[in-house]
Amino acid sequence: MKPDRKTAAGLFVLALLAVLPPIFIWTGNPFYVDLATRLVILAIAATSLNLILGYGGMISFGHAAYVGLGAYAVGIPAYHELYGGFDAIASFSGSFQIPLAVAVCALFALVTGAICLRTKGVYFIMITMAFAQMVYYLFVSIEEYGADDGLVIDVRSELPGINLDRPLQLYYLAFVSLVLAIVIVRTIVNSRFGMVIQGAKGNDTRMKTMGFNTYIYRLTAYVISGAMAGYAGALLGNFTTFISPEMMDWTRSGELMFMVILGGAATTFGPLMGAAAFIVIEEVLSHVTIYWHLPFGLMLILVVLYVRGGIMGLIEGRWGRRR
Amino acid sequence: MAALLEIEGLSKNYGGIKASDNVNLVIEQGELHAVIGPNGAGKTTLVAQLSGLERPDAGHVRFRGRDITRMPPWRRAHAGIARSFQITSLIMEMSVIDNIALAVQARQGHSFRFLRDARRIPELREAAMGYLAQVGLADRAEAETAALSHGEHRLMEIAIALASEAPLLLLDEPMAGLGPEESAQLVEFLKGLKGKRTILLIEHDMDAVFALADRISVLVYGHVIATGTPAEIRANDHVRHAYLGEED
Amino acid sequence: MDTALFVIQLLNGLQLGLLLFLVASGLTLIFGILDFVNLAHGALYMLGAFICATLTMWTGSFVLSVILSLPVVGAIGFAIERLVARSLYTRDHLDQVLATFGLILVLDTLAHLIWGPEGMAIPLPAWLDGQIAVTETLVIPTYRLLIIATGLATAGGLFWLVNYTRLGMLIRAGASNRTMVAALGINIQLLFSLVFALGAVLAGLAGMLVAPITEASIGMGNNIIITAFVVIIVGGIGSMKGAFIAALMIGLIDTLGRSFLDDIFKLFMSTAAAETSAPAVSAMLIYIIMAAVLAVRPQGLFPPKVR
Repeated sequence: MKPDRKTAAGLFVLALLAVLPPIFIWTGNPFYVDLATRLVILAIAATSLNLILGYGGMISFGHAAYVGLGAYAVGIPAYHELYGGFDAIASFSGSFQIPLAVAVCALFALVTGAICLRTKGVYFIMITMAFAQMVYYLFVSIEEYGADDGLVIDVRSELPGINLDRPLQLYYLAFVSLVLAIVIVRTIVNSRFGMVIQGAKGNDTRMKTMGFNTYIYRLTAYVISGAMAGYAGALLGNFTTFISPEMMDWTRSGELMFMVILGGAATTFGPLMGAAAFIVIEEVLSHVTIYWHLPFGLMLILVVLYVRGGIMGLIEGRWGRRR
Repeated sequence: MAALLEIEGLSKNYGGIKASDNVNLVIEQGELHAVIGPNGAGKTTLVAQLSGLERPDAGHVRFRGRDITRMPPWRRAHAGIARSFQITSLIMEMSVIDNIALAVQARQGHSFRFLRDARRIPELREAAMGYLAQVGLADRAEAETAALSHGEHRLMEIAIALASEAPLLLLDEPMAGLGPEESAQLVEFLKGLKGKRTILLIEHDMDAVFALADRISVLVYGHVIATGTPAEIRANDHVRHAYLGEED
Repeated sequence: MDTALFVIQLLNGLQLGLLLFLVASGLTLIFGILDFVNLAHGALYMLGAFICATLTMWTGSFVLSVILSLPVVGAIGFAIERLVARSLYTRDHLDQVLATFGLILVLDTLAHLIWGPEGMAIPLPAWLDGQIAVTETLVIPTYRLLIIATGLATAGGLFWLVNYTRLGMLIRAGASNRTMVAALGINIQLLFSLVFALGAVLAGLAGMLVAPITEASIGMGNNIIITAFVVIIVGGIGSMKGAFIAALMIGLIDTLGRSFLDDIFKLFMSTAAAETSAPAVSAMLIYIIMAAVLAVRPQGLFPPKVR
């Protein structure tokens, strides 16, 4: 593909993210590094959601559950390593925790996806939401891991050559992961597999009569997406060092969806743009008023009603009502 | 000639309405078999059951001697049955050539291939271009499907069916909504296809049917009331009463 | 097992089921007729509770406040339909879900602005605050009986409305054929607004009924909405009968599961294992039921005939 305005804008934001954090540190604004870390991690989660939501047309309203599961996959082994019990998974090692996060989320996506994807339309939306809420209530009910109050991660994942206690090292791990996530999703989308899930989004019946078992392809995309979100969750757990069921609340899933739509669904850099815009809006509004959800909610409604194709649509120069 | 597709006692009810009523039909290898009948005779329902989108309540469908009654649509496609839709069914968001390339891709085994850019795989693109050229849409290859005219959409339907390289094509009213000139072109095209593929043609356009068909079956209220050569059908009093009389 | 406790939990389950039905019936009605997914339906439940709490403070009478609050919540529903929902009918479900998600943020924050971050309790009048002692161990709070009675009466009224009135006839016709209803010269826009208002009233009523027990609080609707989704998924989206049966089923299973699952587990596992796993399983129970129902019937137990 020729470099167009959308790609240029996406690369520009990536370049900013690559160079700004050290400058924040040197200029004595470490707070902004935290902000950038959160942005980058949320962008990974949104990028993973874009694979199924944007390209696959699977309106999953439960993506925050994967982020939460990924975070708990870091927190729970660390907790047992520190306080004993459950020897099989007790570990501080990132090379155990992160694959665990990915595997648990892939498995959860496989099991719930197998059920969700038998349904269509609004059923799918509600069921993904319900399964996410199930995980939420599961962790609310587990006293040992802090139930409602959450779990503090006392020791971050230990990785060879990287010290996640150093904010910049954590940041650059997340940043490199984001670049990889964008490349992976883009590659998948353009591949033969990607053409099938996009075709199934456009016309499932046609794809079936052409000879594609669309269910299996969708389920595969769903599992890939869930696994990637789990990875983002593992990073988020290391970043916040505190995890609670609240991370999996369905409103968090709604925010991830909003990032994808705001940035531009089914575009390479849309989720990154959406996550960046989300973080900036949240940061600015919440400084102005504690009631920032009010203008934020209004903005969300207006974006849905009037902004076609999100930020990427605007960059491409398509104003006006959607459809 | 050997039977390619055998339909035996096929029945399907929709809330008391018999869309298919004990349909028995044999499609011979290599023939162009037309199914005609008034609106609501159950022609599209018949195609839906043959392509696997609907399950019959009773009866059997055999393809090359193998029972496919309960086979899901994608398996039937791999077995060698392709279809076009009466109401245009394309992937509107994709380009014209992407649609056809998907149909080519569909017959090349599984698509769990994640690395290569599908739009840069010469075998897929060249084959797709070939089918587009056959139906005269080569110059529209890169256009967005939604931007094409109705007539061009009908041709894309044909191209997708061709791209499957399936021995049996189920064409559900390919001329639907076409002008006389476009229809005539399509008839010529289908004439060229005769003998190369076995075709089950559902069609309203009687001129087209009688110009093309080797054999014709007449479907009324879900039931086959007659099957025969065009001449036999023309001469059949029963058919004239039930159907042809109304048309003229 | 303790019989008295079982009866009490049965009544609690029935109560939860009926409250769920009030929320779910509006959701399923709005979806069935307008093909509209309203995430903000739970916000109306919350608004019902807060408005009723405020009016109770002013008037001193809970019952009077409920009666006064219902038209207010209905009017809010009517306004939401006109201002937001209407522009979304022709959009896909993704747009509807996102826009109504935005609406939740707006309504929750407005509630926060008006009523503050603290919850609001509703004091019950003395005649509702008592208990009825059936036997020595079986003591039932009067108010629970009132909730059950109100829930059943509303359900009955709703069935009558949908099945035996002109409005109900139009609602059912509108669900299956919009253009036909419009062709009959019916003001379909007004019909849609009324359906939305009716849904709002039902959800608001549920919020008002629950508030004396749990108090009105910000975000209270965001929890019940998901359970209401489970109800209509299990019942079959668009089916009133399905919503009723599934609501009672979910209400009973959830309540009884939380109370008795550990006892049941103890029958076949160690006490310690039962006590650790029972809370986790009972928290997931209704979702497991949902998954099981969907695995067998992807359209729910009572899929509506149209669509």
